[in-house]
Amino acid sequence: FFFNSRSMFVRRASYISRVMRFNNYQRYYASGASKCLVFAEHNNEKLNPVTLNAISAARLISEDISVLVLGSNCQNVVDEVSSVDGVSNVLYSDNQSFNRLLPESVSPVLEKCQSEQNYTHFLAPATANGKNIFPRFAAKLDVQPISDVTKVESDNTFVRPIYAGNALATVESSDNVKIITIRPTAFDAANKGSGKANTSKIECDVSQDLSTWKSEELAKSERPDLTAANVIITGGRGMKSGENFAMLEKLADIFGGAVGATRAAVDDGMVPNDMQIGQTGKVVAPQLYIAIGVSGAIQHIAGMKDSKIIVAINKDEEAPLFQIADYGLVGDAFAILPELTEKLAARQKK
Amino acid sequence: RTRRRGGEAAMRVVVGIKRVIDYAAKIRVKPDGSGVDTANVKMSMNPFCEIAVEEAVRLKEKGLAKEVIAVSMGPQASQDTIRTALAMGADRGVHVLTDAKLQPLSIAKLFKSIVQREDPKIVLLGKQAIDDDCNQTGQMLAAIMDWSQGTFASQVAVADCQERVSVTREVDGGLETLSLKLPAVITTDLRLNEPRYATLPNIMKAKKKKIEKLTPEELGVDVSSQIEVLSVREPQARVGGKVLESVDELVDKLKNEAGVL
Repeated sequence: FFFNSRSMFVRRASYISRVMRFNNYQRYYASGASKCLVFAEHNNEKLNPVTLNAISAARLISEDISVLVLGSNCQNVVDEVSSVDGVSNVLYSDNQSFNRLLPESVSPVLEKCQSEQNYTHFLAPATANGKNIFPRFAAKLDVQPISDVTKVESDNTFVRPIYAGNALATVESSDNVKIITIRPTAFDAANKGSGKANTSKIECDVSQDLSTWKSEELAKSERPDLTAANVIITGGRGMKSGENFAMLEKLADIFGGAVGATRAAVDDGMVPNDMQIGQTGKVVAPQLYIAIGVSGAIQHIAGMKDSKIIVAINKDEEAPLFQIADYGLVGDAFAILPELTEKLAARQKK
Repeated sequence: RTRRRGGEAAMRVVVGIKRVIDYAAKIRVKPDGSGVDTANVKMSMNPFCEIAVEEAVRLKEKGLAKEVIAVSMGPQASQDTIRTALAMGADRGVHVLTDAKLQPLSIAKLFKSIVQREDPKIVLLGKQAIDDDCNQTGQMLAAIMDWSQGTFASQVAVADCQERVSVTREVDGGLETLSLKLPAVITTDLRLNEPRYATLPNIMKAKKKKIEKLTPEELGVDVSSQIEVLSVREPQARVGGKVLESVDELVDKLKNEAGVL
């Protein structure tokens, strides 16, 4: 009997969501009130802007938005989050143990939040942290999580890319709690400045002996994050060596942009892995994407095809990237680059 | 117990593998919106799973693993994928036969049953399948088993004591290294290793290796799904523009047509 009434609820809820979709509503409300908790991505000093995209996604589901900040010496981040439009509550734990976000330490905190507050939805930006932590948390709740959501259709229906973005699946979840990671480039960023959320500290025992952080090798750069940059210059196998990427950096500097790379360039050891754009690397959608010496493999295109303007420069006129580029130049990258850099620099100066 | 001698202290490793549409195949969405067309399309072992099998076989070659068990869940054709893993060096296979569309949560529960039977110290999985791009199963299995997890691994080093494993991971800012308590679930990223091709002699040898056949019912796992796929469609196509003649033309277009300067 319980199974029958639950499935009837699901059918009714999906009927409601389909009617609302038909009426093209921007915001959807559950039959019961939805309550969202957004997991903040940050570096203890500043909030990562992708969190603002996750908050926007949450606002499509509910008006009751809380944000969880776990960090170490992260008061700045707590303050920043509490000023974001639409956020009612900021829960935080400022603890040495959260200097690095190990899923074995973080998941228990999320589970505690759930048992105390009964959220209906958990959202995180689909960063390395989000992807690492959320599925573990979901399994602890016996929930099937939904990754890399690009559209919220209703409180239980979401669109996500599959097959490297060559298809889009619309999925409906019948779990009582929805655990979701969102693709930041698919949602606007929530505004900062006029919000005034309550902040409350949470106490949690985070000792665990399963996993210990040992060391890291992070790229140091003055350039913006790939996920936040308005202009990205990407090099592929055609750049031939890591030294040649300096030419791309010069071009990126004109715009204050970022430099990306294809899997081929990373595999060949030209540049480190954090620069990889693609199906399993970073997904970006800048205003301007200039790809040099990039053939345009399906897996690379998956990571950049939502860029507003795409420019392809390659000596191979058959390169697949030309098929989706707005503008292309066929020729030797090492001849074109200096001329392009000089002329764009002159333009930008004007 | 801390001495590594032949098969004495060495561990059992379970590797999960998935049969997917080949990474180079063109994806066609069915006109009725029910899914992606897999009829007459080349199928292969998921590339990340190949990397997982390779890493497991290398652990055996280093004397750290005494046995590598390749596990796949899916229809009859998944057997072919298991045979490939056996040809790469896995010792035996387990095929959980089901035609059900499996969600990562169900797969993790099936793996739990297998892990309880096989008692491995390491479970190696690809970080994501290139069909559903979920990137969830490893993390969920670790949760269900209450084990440590090392996802997106670019390097794996088992400690001499065989109680811990060092995993270097590819993260957004670069690399980080963790020390995980064993048993652990490790998911593989692109640069962990370069998988070997199965040689013909090994393919022939693989035919003699055993594949155990099981069903979800026998393992006591309910594989019904909390997720319903309502529809699958193609994204809006991006139409290509034009190939230009000169740098001057490009700069002009970027300023006056695209408005990005």
